[in-house]
Amino acid sequence: MKKKLIIALLFATPLFFVACGGGESTEDNTSSSAVEAPKEASNDVASYDPQRGEGKFDASNVKIGALDAAMATKGKAISETKCFSCHKLSDEKLVGPGWKGVTSRREPHWIMNFITNPDAMIDKDPEVQAQLELCLVRMPNQNLADEEAREIVEFMRQNDGVK
Amino acid sequence: MNKKNVFVFMVAAASMLYLGSCKPKGTGNAISGDAASKVYVAPGKYDEFYNFVSGGFSGQLSVYGLPSGRLLRVIPVFSVDPEKGWGYSEETKPMLNTSHGFVPWDDLHHVEMSMTDGVADGKWAFVNGNNTPRLARVDLKTFRTSEIIELPNSAGNHSSPFGTENSEYIVAGTRFSVPSDYENGDVPVNTYKQNFKGHISFVSIDKNSGEMNLAFQLKTPGVNFDLARCGKGKSHGWFFFSCYNTEQANTLLEVNASKNDKDFIMAVNWKKAEEYIKAGKGKKQAVKYAHNKYSDDTHTATSEMKNEVTVLDVSEFPDIVYFIPCPKSPHGCDVDPTGEYIVGSGKLAALLPVFSFDKIQKAIANNAFEKEKYDGIPVIKYEEALYGEVQKPGLGPLHTEFDANGNAYTSFFVSSEVVKWNIKDLKVLDRQPTYYSVGHLMVVGGNTKKPVGKYLVAYNKITKDRYLPTGPELSQSAQLFDISGDKMQLLLDFPTIGEPHYAQAIPATLIKDNQVKIFNINDNKHPYVTKGEGETKVIRQGNQVHVYITAIRSHFAPDNIEGVQVGDEVYFHVTNLEQDWDVPHGFGVKGANNAELLIMPGETSTLKWVADRVGMFPIYCTDFCSALHQEMQGYVRVSPKGSNVPLTFSVGSNSAAE
Repeated sequence: MKKKLIIALLFATPLFFVACGGGESTEDNTSSSAVEAPKEASNDVASYDPQRGEGKFDASNVKIGALDAAMATKGKAISETKCFSCHKLSDEKLVGPGWKGVTSRREPHWIMNFITNPDAMIDKDPEVQAQLELCLVRMPNQNLADEEAREIVEFMRQNDGVK
Repeated sequence: MNKKNVFVFMVAAASMLYLGSCKPKGTGNAISGDAASKVYVAPGKYDEFYNFVSGGFSGQLSVYGLPSGRLLRVIPVFSVDPEKGWGYSEETKPMLNTSHGFVPWDDLHHVEMSMTDGVADGKWAFVNGNNTPRLARVDLKTFRTSEIIELPNSAGNHSSPFGTENSEYIVAGTRFSVPSDYENGDVPVNTYKQNFKGHISFVSIDKNSGEMNLAFQLKTPGVNFDLARCGKGKSHGWFFFSCYNTEQANTLLEVNASKNDKDFIMAVNWKKAEEYIKAGKGKKQAVKYAHNKYSDDTHTATSEMKNEVTVLDVSEFPDIVYFIPCPKSPHGCDVDPTGEYIVGSGKLAALLPVFSFDKIQKAIANNAFEKEKYDGIPVIKYEEALYGEVQKPGLGPLHTEFDANGNAYTSFFVSSEVVKWNIKDLKVLDRQPTYYSVGHLMVVGGNTKKPVGKYLVAYNKITKDRYLPTGPELSQSAQLFDISGDKMQLLLDFPTIGEPHYAQAIPATLIKDNQVKIFNINDNKHPYVTKGEGETKVIRQGNQVHVYITAIRSHFAPDNIEGVQVGDEVYFHVTNLEQDWDVPHGFGVKGANNAELLIMPGETSTLKWVADRVGMFPIYCTDFCSALHQEMQGYVRVSPKGSNVPLTFSVGSNSAAE
């Protein structure tokens, strides 16, 4: 199992560089003749919290209540453009896993972190890495705004039967 | 650098020296020991400068990093580029439209960065098309050609695309004088003196959008215009153009255009010309030229044919244009950072004249003109405009740029060298050989009010033995010099695309943080966009079939298409649904008579494909996108004309037949 994981990661590494080469760093890389290019996100797995994921969101800034149908409708519209190429609403895997039941498996803020910051989490989250072994395609960063991520979660809750 | 790297370097450096020692005399001995470390940019590190290098007869613009000499990008401009679908996709075809129809090639000679206060600002690069006269604007946020404008009344847009201090205007002087488009051109070739005229286009640039507009043209005596430079600081408001063939020869110019001891630098008071235009003194002339623009909203180019230009005949206005005698067939005509000194580089001359802007102004005020006008234009007396001459600088001076310390650097084609000299005392300070026959050179910021200096690159015309031989043709060679010390130091050779003429370099910091990384799919206004797989469809309109198809790692939707018939024109409108940087998808279809598409994240591009025979035609992604890239494929079934196979399309649902 462990061996397999390493192979999967090795395979994924070049793709990772494609996705991250450039990174978020704003430091000046060119002030002298040749300076450090941006580094990829830190690989500090020890500090990773698999319940929360990694990103902007946690239990304090994502509030969940009764279903907001209008918000769910917006979430569906975004998903049609950015998500449904790879995800079905049933539990059937397409390119990635089906969405059915995701809101009972995952905290809303974990989902929001993952869909807005997939690369860092694919590299650190053991369950996501296991998923990568099955799918072999890294979930793309689809450049979702914070609000859009929240709307998608609302749509996922609706899909899971939340009223 | 760790030990292993050091070792690799030493081996590399040693082998360079070793190879050098085997070459014919003089080829490899100019390198000193620390050159390698000065150009080494370690893996993952960035170059300090972007170097925009004309691609010459390739028609494209190349982008190198300095000091490494690494090729970063080839930007298609005037020539089709199947790799990027440029000129092949339906959206980009209009960019190459002209009054002569679709012209898929040109000869790109010079580069001019947009400027603010006389310094490059990193917004746009302007480039010229020499053959079918055109001017293009490259957007440095996308590294793509955004706009191309054709130039009427011109033939050979060589004296271009030089700009004013704030890019108010980019100029385009015709290399060949010809009868104007608005007069009868069906005249004997040997009536040059009577019927051939020059036209200099002033193309205004919108400060915010960069959009180009052919503001006016100056009609001049018939000569060849070669290069140009705007004034700076005190000479802002003036433009200087080098002119040759003042003999007005129409045949065997090699001999007949080299008779006069002096040709001209043409000084243009463009502020004055602008006033006359504003006062309505220009004449509207009927012409025909294309103006092509690419929109990042619709991801589509449009081509508009325009039919009028305002022309000012300079012989009718006494205070716009003056000729300054300049020995001999001048090429470069370069203004120093202060705006006071104008260096003429007569390519057949044995000295370099340096003209003084103050003296030129004084001469005009005092009417210090030659007795005879040239075709109605006053000629300032040589001595009255001259600051001084650099004596015996070398043979065949072509082009001059400047550093921040009052020094000039001139390329010498015939004697194959770069010469550093002091502007004030006109003394030669250093000379270094080039390999071989340098044309243009460039200093970082060396055309601006505030040169950066540091590096000089010589763009050579002849390569010979500099690289491993590759048959009869060799790539042209650029040579990087360190000019931070008193003596110039050769650091590096690197090969170039096409034939590099002029180039400019600017600090990477002006450009690198402004890059567009994706196009927002929600803002995509392409008429055939598909925003999600739910919107995919295939529609027949007569014999046209429009396929609304999406691409995402790693499948197309739809990927099974049936019901296409022989003779159908199929338009694949491919939308890349990705929203992540550096994830383009490609699109190829068997038998396409054009090229691939390369579609950026959030963009839509269209490939036209005519089904020419019955059979099964695979489509696939050409740009490696994920571990399952090789699975990113589909099939188009083509049936005979009139077949009753219905038009269907699907992804994932067309189960295998039992």
